[in-house]
Amino acid sequence: MSGGPDEDRARILNGIRRSLQRGALTGDPRKAAEARLAEPPRGPAVARANLPPAERVELFCRWAELNNATVARVSAAEVPREVSAYLARNNLSAQAAMAPSPLLADFDWASQKMLSLRRGRAEASDQASVTGAFAGIAETGTLVMASGPDHPVTLNLLPDTHIVVLRENDIVGGYEDVWRRLRERYGKDCMPRTVNIITGPSRTGDIEQTIELGAHGPRRMHILVVRE
Amino acid sequence: MQSTAHDFKGNVGAALADPNLQDSLAKLKTGFSERRRQAAERLPEFEALRDRARDIKNHALANLDFYLEEFERKVTALGGQVHWAPTAEDARRIIADLCRGVGARTIAKSKSMVAEEIGLNEHLEALGIAPIETDLGEYIIQLRREPPSHIIAPAVHLTKDQVADTFLEHHSRLGFTRRLTERNDLVAEARQVLRQKFLDADVGLTGANFLVAETGSSMLVTNEGNADLSNTLPRMHIVLASIEKVIPTLEDAAVLLRVLARSATGQESSAYTTLNTGPRRPGDLDGPERYHVVLLDNGRSSVLGTEMQDMLRCIRCGACMNHCPVYGAIGGHAYGWVYPGPIGAVLTPQLIGVEEAGDLPNASTFCGRCESVCPVRIPLPRLMRHWREREFERHLTPRAVRQGLALWAYLARRPRLYRAVTGIANRALALLGRSDGRFGTLPLAGGWTRYRDFPAPQPGGTFHAQWKRGRWNRGRWNRGQGSRKR
Repeated sequence: MSGGPDEDRARILNGIRRSLQRGALTGDPRKAAEARLAEPPRGPAVARANLPPAERVELFCRWAELNNATVARVSAAEVPREVSAYLARNNLSAQAAMAPSPLLADFDWASQKMLSLRRGRAEASDQASVTGAFAGIAETGTLVMASGPDHPVTLNLLPDTHIVVLRENDIVGGYEDVWRRLRERYGKDCMPRTVNIITGPSRTGDIEQTIELGAHGPRRMHILVVRE
Repeated sequence: MQSTAHDFKGNVGAALADPNLQDSLAKLKTGFSERRRQAAERLPEFEALRDRARDIKNHALANLDFYLEEFERKVTALGGQVHWAPTAEDARRIIADLCRGVGARTIAKSKSMVAEEIGLNEHLEALGIAPIETDLGEYIIQLRREPPSHIIAPAVHLTKDQVADTFLEHHSRLGFTRRLTERNDLVAEARQVLRQKFLDADVGLTGANFLVAETGSSMLVTNEGNADLSNTLPRMHIVLASIEKVIPTLEDAAVLLRVLARSATGQESSAYTTLNTGPRRPGDLDGPERYHVVLLDNGRSSVLGTEMQDMLRCIRCGACMNHCPVYGAIGGHAYGWVYPGPIGAVLTPQLIGVEEAGDLPNASTFCGRCESVCPVRIPLPRLMRHWREREFERHLTPRAVRQGLALWAYLARRPRLYRAVTGIANRALALLGRSDGRFGTLPLAGGWTRYRDFPAPQPGGTFHAQWKRGRWNRGRWNRGQGSRKR
C-alpha cells in the first residue's frame, strides 16, 4: 500500500541506489553526469548529416519526397502564388488556416485575390493549413515545428493538407544542429512546449503491414523551399 | 491483463492451427525484417550508432536516480508535475485520481505498452472512465477486446478481412453500414470515427519512448499522429513511462532515434517525433493546460546491478520479434502476456514471475538473430539462458525433463559407460529406422514425435566412434569444413 507521494518517490530512488550498491550519486560520477548535461557530447558523426549547404538542400528535398511529401523550390515572391496553385491543383477550396507568424506575414498574400486565409489555431473544419518551420533536417527530409503563440500545434495536425514554408537557410544537416538552434533561440533550460519533428504526411502500417497515408494527421504535405 | 503464459504450450498449439494468424505471420517474414536490412545498409554509420546507443543506455542506467531527479526538476520548473509509482497498482491509482480530478469521462489514449503492463484500461472502465485507443492497430484490437500481439504493430495478427468485419460490427450503429474491402477505406473510416473522439476527450494519455533529463521533455515517436492529437487537444496530458526510459540529453536522443525507426520498421525516420515539455504557455492558442508524468518502477529498480540489467536497455523497437523464427511461427498472443518475442521471454518472467512464465525462455532456438539485430545490443540468448537456469533451480521444469537430464548427467560423468550406452542406442535406432530413415513414434520420445519425426542415426556409429576412427580430421573440423571427404 502506498505511503504517499514522498514515500513513493523515496522508495523508487532508494531501490535504485540499493541495487547499484551506492547512496545518492556523489563525487566524480556526479560531476561527470552534470558535465554531460551541461555540455552534451555528440554521438558518432553521420556523413550525410554533414554536407555543404547546397548539397544539404538537395538532400533535404530528396528525402522529403521519398517520405511522400511534395516539394516546390520557389523565391519569396512566388510563395503566395504557389500556395494558391497547390490548392487548385489538388481541387481544394482556396482557403486555409495560417500560423499568426510575423515571418509569414511578410509575404504578399494580397496578390492572391481568391485565397482566403484565417490566422490562428486550426479548427476541426479546416481543410488546409499554412505554417512556417523552425528548421528542416537534411538527413531525413524532416521538418521541425516549435510551438508558441506564432505557431499553434493544431495547424500541424488537424487539417488534411499541410503547406509548409521553409527557408533554405533553415535547412540544417542533422538533429544535433536543431538542438543547437533550439538552445540558442529559447535558452538551454526552456524548450518550447511542443517540438513536432515531422517526416512526411501521417501514415499507418497497422493493416497487413502496408503503408496507407493520412491515418490521423495530414494526408498531404507540401513543402515550399524558399531560395535566399 | 490476465496472463496465460503458464499455458504456453496450449497457446502455441492453437496459434499453429489458426489459418488467419499464419497468413498474417507469413507477411512478417518479408516485411519488417527486409526493410530493416535495407535501412541499415543505407546508413554506413549504423553499427557505430548501435554501439553508442548501447553505451548511452548503460550510462543512463548506472546513473538512473540522478537523471530521474534532474528530469523531475526540469518538468516541475516548467509547470508540469511528476508522480512516482513503485507498483502497477500505484500507477493505476495516480492516473485514476488525475482523471477524476478533472471530471474526465473519456480519455484519448495513444498506444502504450506500459499501460498494457499495468492493466490501465480495465481499471479505468471499472471506474466509469472510457479509454479510447487511437493508434489504428490498438483501436482495432480494443474493438475486438484482444491484447496486442506485437509491441509496435498490435494488430499484426489480423487480416484485412478480419478488420473489415470488426469495423462493420462496431461502426454500423454510427452510420457506417457498408462492409469495406480496401485498406485505405478502412483507414479513412477509422480516422473519421476517431477524429470526433479526439475532439471530445477530456484527457490525453500517451507513453514515452524517451524522457530527456536535460530538458524535462517526454519524447514520443509515432507514424499516425494520434499521439500528437492526444497530447494537444484534451485539456490534460498524462505521460505514462517506466523509469528506464530516461536518457541524459537531446544529443543522446539523436543517436537513439537514428537506430529506433530503422530497427523497427526500416524507415529512415518515423513520421512524428514529438517533444513535450510542460503544459501550454502564456499566449499559446492550443495545448493542454496540465501536464503530468507518471514514472513506473514495477520491479525494474531491482533488476539494476544484476546480470539481467541489460534487458533495461530495450527501446521497444520490436526488431527481435520481427527476426525470431519462434515468433514468426506462433505470433504474439501465444506468449500469454503483454510483451511477446525474445524480449518478452526475458521481461515477462521478471515482471510476473518465473513460476508463471518460465516456459517462455524455453521457446528459443538460440539462433541468435534477436541479438544480432537489437539496436542496443541486448544479449537476449544469454538472458533467456539465465531464466532457464532459474527455472531448473526452482524445480519448475517437468519431472520427465529433470529425470532425463539427471540420467544424461550420470552417464556424461562416466565416459566408458556413456560410450557403451550411446553405442547400443545408436546401433538399435539405426537398425530400426533403416527403412525410411526416421521415426514417426518412439518410446519415451512422445513429446518429440507428436509434432515431428525423429531422425534415425546415419550409418557409421556415434560421433565418439567416428572421431576415434579418425573420420573427423581435426584440421578439417577446426576449419568447419564438415565431414565429407573430398
